[in-house]
Amino acid sequence: MKSSTFPIGGIHPHEWKFAAESPIEDFPLPEEAAVSMAQHLGAPAEPVVAKGDKVLVGQVIGRATSFVSAPVHSPFSGTVKAVEPRADIAGNMVMHVVITVEGDEWLPEIDRTPDVPMEVRFSAEEIIAKIKDAGIVGLGGAAFPTHIKLSPQKKAECLIINGTECEPCLSSDDRIMREYPRQIIMGARLMMRALGTDTCYIGIEENKPEAIRALGDAAAYWPGLQVVVLRKKYPQGGEKQLIDAIIHRRVPSLGLPIDTGAVVQNVGTALAVYEAVQKNKPLIDNVFTLTGPTLEVHRNFRVRVGTPYSKILAFAGNLPDGPCKLISGGPLMGKAIANIEATTLKASSSLLIITGDMVPRNQEMTCIRCGKCVEACPMGLEPYLLNRLCRAGGRQDELEKERIYDCIECGCCQFTCPSYIPLLDMIRTGTAEVMKIMRSRPKK
Amino acid sequence: MIILFTVTCLFALGLVFSVILYFVAQKFKVEEDPRIEQVEKLLPGANCGGCGNAGCRAFAERIVSAESMEGLFCPVGGNEVMNQIAEALGRTAVEGDAKVAVVRCSGSPDCRKRTSVYDGYASCKVMASLYKGDTDCSYGCLGLGDCASACEFGGVTMDPVRRLPIINTDICVGCGGCAEACPKGVIELRSRGLKERRVYVSCVNRDKGAVTRKACTVGCIGCGKCAKVCPFEAIKVEGNVAYIDFTKCRLCRKCVDECPTHAIAAVNFPPRPVPEKPVEQPKEEEQ
Repeated sequence: MKSSTFPIGGIHPHEWKFAAESPIEDFPLPEEAAVSMAQHLGAPAEPVVAKGDKVLVGQVIGRATSFVSAPVHSPFSGTVKAVEPRADIAGNMVMHVVITVEGDEWLPEIDRTPDVPMEVRFSAEEIIAKIKDAGIVGLGGAAFPTHIKLSPQKKAECLIINGTECEPCLSSDDRIMREYPRQIIMGARLMMRALGTDTCYIGIEENKPEAIRALGDAAAYWPGLQVVVLRKKYPQGGEKQLIDAIIHRRVPSLGLPIDTGAVVQNVGTALAVYEAVQKNKPLIDNVFTLTGPTLEVHRNFRVRVGTPYSKILAFAGNLPDGPCKLISGGPLMGKAIANIEATTLKASSSLLIITGDMVPRNQEMTCIRCGKCVEACPMGLEPYLLNRLCRAGGRQDELEKERIYDCIECGCCQFTCPSYIPLLDMIRTGTAEVMKIMRSRPKK
Repeated sequence: MIILFTVTCLFALGLVFSVILYFVAQKFKVEEDPRIEQVEKLLPGANCGGCGNAGCRAFAERIVSAESMEGLFCPVGGNEVMNQIAEALGRTAVEGDAKVAVVRCSGSPDCRKRTSVYDGYASCKVMASLYKGDTDCSYGCLGLGDCASACEFGGVTMDPVRRLPIINTDICVGCGGCAEACPKGVIELRSRGLKERRVYVSCVNRDKGAVTRKACTVGCIGCGKCAKVCPFEAIKVEGNVAYIDFTKCRLCRKCVDECPTHAIAAVNFPPRPVPEKPVEQPKEEEQ
C-alpha cells in the first residue's frame, strides 16, 4: 500500500483528534425533540403527521416531495406536540415536527439484533428503493440524497468510500470505522451492487492506523474492495480531491464526479446503507463528536436526529467565562450555531466548542501578495484576486472568467492567509451572484 | 539642417496620415442623432442607474428614440430636468413622481435585543450569507451599512447608537442603489409625498405576531388594525406584515394611532397640539 494524495493545494492544520479514543456511547433521549423537515439538499420533506398523533421510532413523519428530496422518519417514540416552523442553527425558520418523547418503542420490522448479515439478498433496484425509503442522505456534510447518487446518468466504474475525515477535531468517522468495520464493508458491497461495479476503494488518511487495520481486515474477505492509505492533507475528504488522490482523474470544471467514473460515499453513509438494507432501519441517528481544543471532555455519541444542541452542550462540563464559539461540523467547514435550541440533523457530525483566545477573529490587514492562498487552493483558483473582484462589486463577468464557481468553500485560503483576510466570506458572496447569473441564462 | 529635415518629415507624415484619417472617418462615419448629445448634456451626469438604464448616455439614447416621455424619468434631475429635455425635443414631459428611500425597520438595540455576536467581515451581504442576523428577527436591518457604502451621493449614514441607517432626504435622489445593496430588502423607494410627509410601515417582518413580538418591540405583528381603520383602503396585510400603498394613502395618520406596536412611522408632520388640560379640549373642538 503506497500513500498518495491530491496534487494541488491543500493545507496541514493541527489534527486535534482528541475524541478518537473515546468509544461511541448512546446519547440519552431528550424529553422533547424537534425533527427538521429540511434535512437534505433539495426540496424539504412534507410532514405527514399532525398534532396529537402517536409515533414510533422509524415511522415516516415527512415524505419526499420531489426528485431531489428524501423522507424523514421519527427518531423517537411519543406524541407529536406540534408541526410548526422553528429556527434552525442559522436562525432561519424551517418546518419542524416537535415530538414529546415517551419511552423508546421501535417499529417491529426493524431488526435490532446485534448479528451482522453479510449476504447480499437484493437486486440493484431493490437496494436503491430501500435506500430511498430509508431517507438516507450523504453523511459527509452536504446531505445530498444518496439514492440519486447511486443512480448516475453514466456507468460507474468504481465506488469510493470516503473515510478520510480530514477536518481537525472530528473523530466520528474514525470511531465508526473502528467499531463497525464489517457493517461498513457490507454497506459498500450493497452500494457496489446498486451501481453494478466490482471495484471499491476505501480512502483513509494515514493518521488513523486502527481504522485502516480494522477496515483492511474486514475488506480482505471480499474481492474488489481495497483500502487506500492517503497522506494527511486537508481537504482530502472533498469529493473532487478524493477522486484525484485515489484514481488520479480530475473532475472537469462544472462537471460531476461521475464524469470520472467514480461515485464517492462517506463511511457514515455506508453504515446507514447497511442498516437500511440489512436491518430495515431508516436513518434516524448518527455518530456525533463532542469536542473542543480547550475542553476536558471529548466524547463520541450516537445521537438521534432532532436532539437539541443544548442537551449535547450540557455534557461538555463547565465552560470557562467569556464568549464561546459553537460550531456544528468541523472547524474549517462547519457552521457556527446561532441558536442553541436548534436540533441536530441527519448530516450533523459534531458539536465543536471553541473558547478563550481562539474565539475572536484576528484583525484584518492588507494583502501582501505573498501568494499563499494561491498555493493552498485545491481547485487552482486565485483567492486573492477573487476577493478583490468580489469587493469591487459588479465584476461578475471577470469572476466567471476566473472560475469562481469552482470554489468548494474548503477555507484553505482563509486558513493560510497571514493577513487574516476573510477571503472565503467574500468569495462566497461572489459565487452566489455569479451562480445566479449563470442559472438565469438559457440552456444550450 | 537635421532639425529642419526632421520637422519637415514629421510634418509631411502628419499631413499624409491626417488625409488618410479624414477619408477613413468619412467612409466609416456613424450617423448619430445630434439630440442625444444635447439631452445628455441636460442630464445630471451622475450615472447612478436610477432611471433603469446603464448610465446617462444610455438614458439619453432611449429618450431620443422613444415616442413619448411616458415612463421616462430621471430621479436625480427630477421634473425640472425632464421639462428642459422635453422642451428641447419639442415634447411634453410627463409629471414623474420623485422618490425617496425609506428604511423599513426601527429595530434599534433597545427594542430588538442582540442574541449573538457577529464576528465576521463587516458587511451585511456576508452576514446574510452566513445566518439570519445577530438578533432574533430574521428580516430586519443587519446594521453593518452596506447601504451607506452603496450610496454614490453620500446620502446614507449609519447611526452608531441605533445601528440603523439614516437617509438624508435632502441628498437622496431615489436612485435605489441602497435598496439594491440591502440583502434583506429593508429599504424601499417611496413617493416623497405631499410636503415631504410620509406614512409607512417601518417593519418587514413576515413572522407570526408572537414570534415578531418576542424578537422586537416595534415590529409589525400583522394584527390588521391599521387596515380596518384606514378610510382609503390603502393598507394591506399580507404574510403577517402590513404595507401602505403610497398611491392611495392620504396621510390621515389614523393607522399611526391605531398600531399597537407603533410600527407605523409618520415623518415630517408638524407636532400635534398636546392638550394641556384634556377636560377642556372637547369644548374647543365643538366651537
